[in-house]
Amino acid sequence: MSIVSHSADNAAAIIAARDLSGRSLWVDARRRLFSNRAAVASMIGLTVVGLMALLAPALSPYGFATQDWNVVSCAPPWWPDSSVMCRAGGAHWFGTDAVGRDLFVRVLYGARVSLAVGFVATLVSLAIGVVYGAMAGYAGGTIDGLMMRFVDLLYSLPFIFFVIILMVVFHRNFFLLFVAIGAVEWLTMARIVRGQTLSLKQKEFIEAARAAGVGSAAIVFRHVIPNLLGPVVVYVTLTIPDVILAESFLSFLGLGVQEPLTSWGVLIADGANQMEIAPWLLVFPAGIMAAALFCFNFIGDGLRDALDPKDR
Amino acid sequence: MLSYAIRRFLGALPTLFIIVTFAFFMMRLAPGGPFDSNRHLPPEIEHNIEAAYNLDKPVYEQYLIYLGKLARFDLGPSYKTKDFTVAELIGEGLPVSARLGLSAMVIAIAFGVALGTAAALNQNHSGDYGIMVFAMVGITIPTFVTAPILTLIFGVYGLQLFGFDLSLPVGGWNGGALRNMILPVIVLALPQLAIIARLVRGSTIEVLRSNYVLTAKAKGLPAYLVILRHVMPASLLPLVSYLGPAVASLLTGSLVVEQIFGIPGIGRYFIQAALNRDYTLMLGVVIVYAAFVIALNLVADLLYAVLDPRVSYKR
Repeated sequence: MSIVSHSADNAAAIIAARDLSGRSLWVDARRRLFSNRAAVASMIGLTVVGLMALLAPALSPYGFATQDWNVVSCAPPWWPDSSVMCRAGGAHWFGTDAVGRDLFVRVLYGARVSLAVGFVATLVSLAIGVVYGAMAGYAGGTIDGLMMRFVDLLYSLPFIFFVIILMVVFHRNFFLLFVAIGAVEWLTMARIVRGQTLSLKQKEFIEAARAAGVGSAAIVFRHVIPNLLGPVVVYVTLTIPDVILAESFLSFLGLGVQEPLTSWGVLIADGANQMEIAPWLLVFPAGIMAAALFCFNFIGDGLRDALDPKDR
Repeated sequence: MLSYAIRRFLGALPTLFIIVTFAFFMMRLAPGGPFDSNRHLPPEIEHNIEAAYNLDKPVYEQYLIYLGKLARFDLGPSYKTKDFTVAELIGEGLPVSARLGLSAMVIAIAFGVALGTAAALNQNHSGDYGIMVFAMVGITIPTFVTAPILTLIFGVYGLQLFGFDLSLPVGGWNGGALRNMILPVIVLALPQLAIIARLVRGSTIEVLRSNYVLTAKAKGLPAYLVILRHVMPASLLPLVSYLGPAVASLLTGSLVVEQIFGIPGIGRYFIQAALNRDYTLMLGVVIVYAAFVIALNLVADLLYAVLDPRVSYKR
């Protein structure tokens, strides 16, 4: 459908006839996002994993911490390698681990923890980063300089070490895991938001608000931050996999989530220890985590293309 | 130039100071001392131990004592590994870690640059897509997944290819024998290699479009000379500023790699110290790591200022 060939009058008539309400940035972006096949497939895949994680107790007859000593380190019923010591029957689709727990359920419970950490810690980083960046950008001048110098300084630190110290000092507190990782990931967010704020600040509607006597804090929270959404959304989708990785990294090293709770990192660590006798313990958690990370990356890339078409 | 270097160096010192302070006070926040154990010691013995490690003094005094010792490169005794000072432990592990990290860095840069340039030269052709898919995999899949999987393939199953035995040892350092280094170095290098390949591809594509490259081609220079002499010096500049972050993530990766392959580097000491709550050793390793990252950021910045004529370092 091209209206380019029509005369201007015609075009105006067509527009009037269709009662065009004008496509907003978001409608446009959604259309572009949904035409990106990798992104759509990733969204479906992640939704499936998320739903399965939520419904985990209903999907399998086994509990995530129930041990069955009849099936210790048993391969899934359909495992192709015939030299395994034993095969688990029934609904042990992913086999069982060294203390007879069902791996399928554990992978789903691990997904719960990993995804929860991913979302919550990202929210923490979002909150800190957006407020900090918007304030620095809006304040400008010396305050901006000082605030961003502080960010630069933190950037140069090997931050994962501080998370490790935090986890050691506070006894692997689950809540703290969220906060610690979120507190590490906010730096880039603050930089992005600050840059956007600097350019937003010059816009007329901000000036109008200031002329109308709106206070600085109200301008930042009510007028600047809502307009930062685009780049922030993109960065958020790319932060979630980073956070999931960080959590798994800590759990892998034995510094994150603790038994009987589990996360993908814990499962992978377990699997890596026993891969010689029970490779399925490594293959399934690692495969599903890698797939989830791919999905997040594809969605993030898709969103970036959708929201920032000139960057393609 | 020299004054710029000195200024940057002086600017890096407060960063290190803040790291030390931050880490020190965080350790002291920890509930329970390093000598808490199930055995109850008589109070006077406990007091003597605390006095020996200055733990009976107020925190600020402990901090000043630590800073004073640090200025003389004395990192104190290890709380858990008896008869060893932290400096001795780090001195033992650092050469191993450095060798591992440096090899990984060299491999990541060499292959990353080669792959990135090749991808850019074949932009939007199958070669490019292949390399970019590889890069995506390298970036997304974490070290603690690639390490066990590669070990499974090369170590446990002992891959045989065309009659060659490609099996490699699953772990251990063996005094840094080449066979023992191959797997850890590959695992460590892979994510950096992927990131570098992406980075170089992007910058090379940009440079290839510039007018002076067109000129070089137009005057009849052979393609390889155009690439080597005109494209690469410009396209590799962004790599220099990536050096700092790359080193930081190599250090993080080395924690996992040293743990999995059982390599006696400082990354493994750090994890052990973290699990044993050996505060002095943790603090020492953090300081060494931070010093490395800061130093390499500094080197990268200076190198950038030297290499890129557009960067002005006078201010």
